[in-house]
Amino acid sequence: MWRVGLLSGLLLAAAPAHAFIAYVSNEKSNTVSVIDTDSWTVTKTIKVGQRPRGIEFTRDGKFVMVAVGDDDTIQVIDAKTQAVVDSLPSGPDPELFAQDAAGKILYVANENDNTVTVIDLEKRTRLGDIQVGVEPEGMTISPDGKILINTSETTNMAHFIDTSSRQIVANVLVDARPRYAEFKHDASEVWISSEIGGTVSVIDPGKHEVIGKVNFEIPGLRKEAIQPVGIAMTKDDKTAFVALGPANRVAVVDVGARKVTKYLLVGQRVWHMAFTPDEKYLLTTNGVSNDVSVIDVAAQKVIKTIQVGELPWGITIAP
Amino acid sequence: MIRWLAGLIGWSLAATSALAAEPAQIGVGYLGLAGTKSTLSLVEQPAENDGVAGARLAIEDNNTTGKFLNQRFTLEERRIKEGEDAVQAATDLAARNGFIIADLPADALLKVSDALRDRGTLLFNAGAIDERLREADCRANVIHTAPTRAMLADALGQYLVWKKWSRWLLVVGSHDEDRLFADALRRTATRFGAKIVQEKIFEDKGGARRTDSGVTLIQRQIPVFSQGAPAYDVLVAADESEVFGAYLPYRTWDPRPVAGSAGLVPRSWDASQDQWGAIQMQNRFIKLNARRMTPLDMQAWTAVRMIGEATSRTNSGDVQKVTDFIKGPDFSVAAFKGTKLTLRDWNLQLRQPILLVDGRMVVSVSPQEGFLHQVSELDTLGYDRPESKCKLK
Repeated sequence: MWRVGLLSGLLLAAAPAHAFIAYVSNEKSNTVSVIDTDSWTVTKTIKVGQRPRGIEFTRDGKFVMVAVGDDDTIQVIDAKTQAVVDSLPSGPDPELFAQDAAGKILYVANENDNTVTVIDLEKRTRLGDIQVGVEPEGMTISPDGKILINTSETTNMAHFIDTSSRQIVANVLVDARPRYAEFKHDASEVWISSEIGGTVSVIDPGKHEVIGKVNFEIPGLRKEAIQPVGIAMTKDDKTAFVALGPANRVAVVDVGARKVTKYLLVGQRVWHMAFTPDEKYLLTTNGVSNDVSVIDVAAQKVIKTIQVGELPWGITIAP
Repeated sequence: MIRWLAGLIGWSLAATSALAAEPAQIGVGYLGLAGTKSTLSLVEQPAENDGVAGARLAIEDNNTTGKFLNQRFTLEERRIKEGEDAVQAATDLAARNGFIIADLPADALLKVSDALRDRGTLLFNAGAIDERLREADCRANVIHTAPTRAMLADALGQYLVWKKWSRWLLVVGSHDEDRLFADALRRTATRFGAKIVQEKIFEDKGGARRTDSGVTLIQRQIPVFSQGAPAYDVLVAADESEVFGAYLPYRTWDPRPVAGSAGLVPRSWDASQDQWGAIQMQNRFIKLNARRMTPLDMQAWTAVRMIGEATSRTNSGDVQKVTDFIKGPDFSVAAFKGTKLTLRDWNLQLRQPILLVDGRMVVSVSPQEGFLHQVSELDTLGYDRPESKCKLK
């Protein structure tokens, strides 16, 4: 008994290093669930605007930004008080966004009017718009901050935008309905998921060419059910995780070989993912089963499921 | 870094020359009949621009993409008035447009397709749901974005069977197309194990669809008409002619749901469909056309998007190249239905999920879970390859 007490005391002492806070946007509930990664429980549910989807911490970790598409704005949640404190002037129907390394400029994909809106995060004002393809969605910035990538879902392109001139410098055609873009940390490749095409395109950002593709095949599952959306890459650029939507699985991909090594069964219609900062865990949002799966990254195993609000969509974890 | 710069310079050179070149012009014609047909429900009365409005939105979507590829799409609309020759109108359109979206009755479409065969024009059948256009009368220069009656009937039947509403009272109108839809429904019942407990004919005796005291009369007529049927789970109506279908719900002798041409209706599209990113497209459509999007609009939109998809994948506006790509094994198009749409290569029919709608909401989407197929579950809807009578020529 005494020994057990001591043990748990030791564990508790070690706990703070592992306790992170995850924020999950629930598209249908119009809420954000706050998850404590120590207890793996929802500690708070925050009411936000209508149809929350894209969600991200500010670089300083003080605020969480959440795109509430049907209210045509991005709301700002204070991470300390866990309440909505402000909103940002995005364009109509914001879905996903990306911020620069300094956390000063925010780029927002506005699905309804084929534009990317540029926002000054400090002044919380709108700096301008960039015209892109039909239904802009995925957004990411190169590690050096010079290139912004936006994918447009009906145009089926990745648009390469120079962040200083705010001009498109290249357009790369990918498979149907590109949803998400992710740079390798060494900036040598951009990975783009195509939901309807069922592939991930690997683009050389220097040549602006598709240099490879990741294909998925799950025995016993029809091909149409494989719909890649979220991509998460480990910091060493060795392993990528790709969320496969209604296939209810996350693919583990060997980045160098561009081959799937394993499929992990998670909840239904898995959308997006986020690593804990120590990269021990990867959390996935499962839209149809209304839960979050926790993947042990090293073991490549699903270890936990946490019930959240209705149709969980995006996820961000405090830095 | 140097490679990076070199890439940028290379690109800007390419961009300059691309900008200097004239954009590739891709002409799309839209051929339909003048005038609209009358519906029982005033709410469902089609607009004058039904169909072409969807084509127009897809032209805009294609042009947004086209500006990155130096391609420019144009739309030319032509309406055939009564007594006018469809072939002549089509030939005239084909002089300026390599692609034609057609919303024509089956016979007119066949005449047009035969007349344009040697010219190489690619036709898209956006309007006619007749089975025979994909079967005995199929043509190699006609791609079908409209679903068929059998696809619609199967989509409905799968849901009714899933719901365990397997005893059907079938009510059929007295016009040819009503009988064709009834044929499709009977085939569905046989395929999926539903039982048609009785068939009734609803005779079209003429008369106006708009009257000042219609409701009072209908309320007395329909219970009497549906009285005395054997035990059934659902009344399935085949009334493409819009003579009685919409009068059935809530008025049957037995309290039973209605499906088919009224009540729960199978459709390629609905203004209430908001899943799989469709809300963006519905918003774009309303902004452009100041009304909501119909199935015909969607069928035309999909046709024009198929052309745009092929021109961007082939980086070409050449009709032959585009046609080959669309008919080839790598073609697919995204159309807000949760899955990619592909062509049945044996008859050029677009595979597609079918929505089951009640006029206000999407109730379900077929194929239903559990209806399996070795190639594509979408092929559980309609005639499959082994049954096909089509020989493309």
